[in-house]
Amino acid sequence: MKKVIAQTEINVNEEGYLTDFAQWTKEIGTEIATDYNIEMTDRHWEVVKWIQEKVNEGAALSIRGIKKSGVIDIKSFYALFPGGPLKVSTKIAGVPKPKSCI
Amino acid sequence: MKNLVILGAGTAGTMMANHLVSKLPKKEWEITIVDQYKTHYYQPGFLFLPFDIYNENQVKKEGKKFIPKGVNYIQKKIDRIISDENKISLEDETLDYDILIIATGSKIAPDEVEGMQGKNWQKSVFDFYTYEGALALRNKLREWEGGKLVVHITEMPIKCPVAPLEFAFLADSYFKKKGMRDKVEITYVTPLSGAFTKEKCSKSLGYLLKEKNVNLEIDFAIERVDNENSKIIDYADKEVDFDLLVTVPTNMGDEVIGRSGLGDDLNFVPTHHNTLQSLAHENIFVIGDATNVPASKAGSVAHFQAETLTDNILLYVEGKPLKEEFDGHANCFIETGENKALLIDFNYEYEPVEGTFPFAGIGPLKLLKESVFNHWGKLAFRWIYWNMLIKGIPIPFVSRNMSTKGKKLN
Repeated sequence: MKKVIAQTEINVNEEGYLTDFAQWTKEIGTEIATDYNIEMTDRHWEVVKWIQEKVNEGAALSIRGIKKSGVIDIKSFYALFPGGPLKVSTKIAGVPKPKSCI
Repeated sequence: MKNLVILGAGTAGTMMANHLVSKLPKKEWEITIVDQYKTHYYQPGFLFLPFDIYNENQVKKEGKKFIPKGVNYIQKKIDRIISDENKISLEDETLDYDILIIATGSKIAPDEVEGMQGKNWQKSVFDFYTYEGALALRNKLREWEGGKLVVHITEMPIKCPVAPLEFAFLADSYFKKKGMRDKVEITYVTPLSGAFTKEKCSKSLGYLLKEKNVNLEIDFAIERVDNENSKIIDYADKEVDFDLLVTVPTNMGDEVIGRSGLGDDLNFVPTHHNTLQSLAHENIFVIGDATNVPASKAGSVAHFQAETLTDNILLYVEGKPLKEEFDGHANCFIETGENKALLIDFNYEYEPVEGTFPFAGIGPLKLLKESVFNHWGKLAFRWIYWNMLIKGIPIPFVSRNMSTKGKKLN
């Protein structure tokens, strides 16, 4: 389905995740973040960029994987993206949330 | 003579040996397969072992029986792949290869989570992804008097991602049959945002948890197992109490991949999604659970991959371009208890949907719907596995690429 975010029409799924990463911009990320009362800082963007790179490489995202990567410690990750840090950060990053096969 | 070496004689490696032995010219190629273990396990059976549906003998056979004549079978531990020199060092000898197929699979790594493999391991904390774990759990369940059963996934990706859900459903049936369902509280704990994470599955199957009276705890990223107080604790300090924890620990590729510097953080080998050639070396190919491709880690996936990979090995030998053919196709039965099962058929692009399989409009198997027929299909599959699948015999009407026919795609 289509949705207008940051004055741009983009394609999203029923839960509001972008379905085409090519449509993602920093402005879109910033506006999605406001839905979660998150004001984006450099630290947020660093994590978002890392997530985008990982997904681009085809790697699976997990909380423990993020801890091991050293990009951010887990407590800070939860503090930056409260309420399910992976599902919130992936939505802001314009990539699919981690899924199973069903 | 040139050498093709296969590492791992599990589902994928054994299939490749069987495919290639009749296709590579015998005068030019010698095929060797290496695996340190003597036993070949039917891993889907590990789901049934804890509930006394299968016994030990139904899930294991001697591996040697499935390695074809004309293939050199070495039962030794693999020390390292020296990819710059096209060599494999085994415990006491070195092999040269012209082509290498990595089929070393994935396995559980319970020591990745603090306290998981602690003093309660195989006492009140169990896995069922190993033969030993499934057997220990069976013995525990036989005498367990009830309490809080927690079925838990540590992190994705895991082998057979639906198995923990099937475990919860089968547990519901098992305790009902024993007349003690009222004494058991079942909770399903997942790091994902739901038991079902895909739109159509979630709509079609959402009723199952309620029907089976299974509680759900989502977004749970485990930090540690507290053995003193029998709880699992997540990074956000959420806690879930258990009397019996059945966990799927972190799944990782084999240590040999890590030792050889060929893997990602989880020791899975970066692999081309459609050709199955390794991204780092053109004469190394990867199949089954050992790859990092975003397909399910499942026997059916390895089976479909094996058909594409066989063609690609032959193309590579002839110096021709590889086929970008593998589409992530998976075809899996999902037990839902009460002698019923679902069937799902999907690939990289299409999520599981409703429909019929393998014949459009006819079936006889139904996709994404519970049926007794699907359950028989799952049970019949054990015979197909031992007698057809790992021997590389094609399964009639089931094609390597996913068909969109007979599927309700919209």
